[in-house]
Amino acid sequence: MSTLIQTDRFTLSETERSAIEHEMHHYEDPRAASIEALKIVQQQRGWVPDGASEAIGEVLGISAADVEGVATFYSQIFRQPVGRHIIRVCDSMTCFIGGHENVLERIKDQLGIVPGQTTADGRFTLLPVCCLGNCDKAPAMMVDDDTFGNVDPTTVEQLLEAYS
Amino acid sequence: MSKLLASFGPANSIARSEETHPLTWRLRDDGQPVWLEEYQAKNGYSAARKALNDMAQADIVQTVKNAGLKGRGGAGFPTGVKWGLMPADESLNIRYLLCNADEMEPNTWKDRMLMEQLPHLLVEGMLISARALKAYRGYIFLRGEYVDAAINLRRAIEEAKAAGLLGKNIFGSGFDFELIVHTGAGRYICGEETALINSLEGRRANPRAKPPFPAAVGVWGKPTCVNNVETLCNVPSIIGQGVDWYKSLARPGSEDMGTKLMGFSGKVKNPGIWELPFGVPARELFEDYAGGMRDGYTLKAWQPGGAGTGFLLPEHLDAPMFAAGIAKVGTRMGTGLALAIDESVNMVSLLRNMEEFFARESCGWCTPCRDGLPWSVKILRALERGQGSAQDIETLLGLVNHLGPGKTFCAHAPGAVEPLGSAIKYFRPEFEAGVDTRQLGAMTGQFAPA
Repeated sequence: MSTLIQTDRFTLSETERSAIEHEMHHYEDPRAASIEALKIVQQQRGWVPDGASEAIGEVLGISAADVEGVATFYSQIFRQPVGRHIIRVCDSMTCFIGGHENVLERIKDQLGIVPGQTTADGRFTLLPVCCLGNCDKAPAMMVDDDTFGNVDPTTVEQLLEAYS
Repeated sequence: MSKLLASFGPANSIARSEETHPLTWRLRDDGQPVWLEEYQAKNGYSAARKALNDMAQADIVQTVKNAGLKGRGGAGFPTGVKWGLMPADESLNIRYLLCNADEMEPNTWKDRMLMEQLPHLLVEGMLISARALKAYRGYIFLRGEYVDAAINLRRAIEEAKAAGLLGKNIFGSGFDFELIVHTGAGRYICGEETALINSLEGRRANPRAKPPFPAAVGVWGKPTCVNNVETLCNVPSIIGQGVDWYKSLARPGSEDMGTKLMGFSGKVKNPGIWELPFGVPARELFEDYAGGMRDGYTLKAWQPGGAGTGFLLPEHLDAPMFAAGIAKVGTRMGTGLALAIDESVNMVSLLRNMEEFFARESCGWCTPCRDGLPWSVKILRALERGQGSAQDIETLLGLVNHLGPGKTFCAHAPGAVEPLGSAIKYFRPEFEAGVDTRQLGAMTGQFAPA
């Protein structure tokens, strides 16, 4: 007997739909809003659930596969649940010289996660990121939208305390 | 109290003037953004008024061509020539100007400063350039992590719209121009101009085959010009103060014209960026501006402008900072933001870090790049652990060759292997030290004649 593979029921909220439709008008072709649409869903839900590709595709008039191809290409679109706060540690060669591996080591000691992982309490996800353009203040990192320079590994946990 | 921007730094505190520092003379000492009122009080938009009211479109292109402006994103292609590639056919009347603000090159933070602190300089540069290119709409393709730059650019655009500096019939010239900030979602490859076009269209950021060049077939198939932030920020002063003045800015002997945001970072005393004339010796940048190495650190090598440029030795610091000056000592000037490598850094470990970045950021479109870069990472990790095999260095040199210019779809892999090749050239013993000699002994024992 065959089983139907059921994906989660997914419906765009009115807020999401209208934000996506607003974005579409900035471009000659609705497809151009696909990345922004994924970001809109992610902003509301923290990540992009499986059913979102089809729902976004319907609004933009493109296939779910096309949306999924975009969703899986870009590193700042999350296709699995992430923590409440995103820690991005810059891993450019400038921050390498500045000691970013010590920062990562300290985070591993404190939070028990390596890049790509989320803490068990769902508080933090740790991700690598391309050069943050803060090279005169290496090592650099971001927590959510906040950028930090001259990060001292010994005080990184104090820095994270502000994010509950 | 206002938030201190990440880009606040030494460029804000050095002596600057309109005559000598066309990009940065308007920066505030306190590092806060220069909004419309202050920007206009400092001659802002006077060049745009001149361009729109008093100059023919072809004259703007010719002026930029005569000034010798070259792209500031790393490749250094002459801007006026690029503009001249836009089709003459007037029936192709939907044209786009794209600003490449996807600054992700490791060790590069110049566009960030311009956008965070001088957003109107970019808006004015795009307005003049759009007029020259007959573009009715422009997009600023900005990397998503530059949160403050997005806020400040959007505010500047709103200010400009309210003042009639963007929108319909600007300065009563009959020219309409609309400007939109588009933020990305990661991936270094978006900085490649045809990948950027694909990304703007909402596709995966794989580079496109050239030709056709974007000037003929760009975003949505329309004539498109892609210019870097710093490039566009040069345009107002060229129009406002003229070609003769612009050509007098560089140091004697420099073949590149104007000024450049140059920097030095690493374990130097005073890391930062400064606006300096082309042709300045790298030593002046390193010693006078960056203050030389911090106490206890010795300069071992340096990279002139980003991850995709080759390593040079301390003796090369006398090279002048312009394209041909750096080419003469064996690499490219790139973005002009240099990195100091000190004696405490092991070159194998540094290259392992760099190739991990390049491998991760490969878009996967062409085989040499997709498969070659992870291979280099695997070898470098083994060498770093002292578990390399005897053939590893030759294999790496083979990759340097097979991933070099002309052998891949875009410039990503050639940029990745340029530092690798030069690191092996200058620091080969460090790579050889990673070869497992026990393994080597066992093998030679096995195959050696009795």
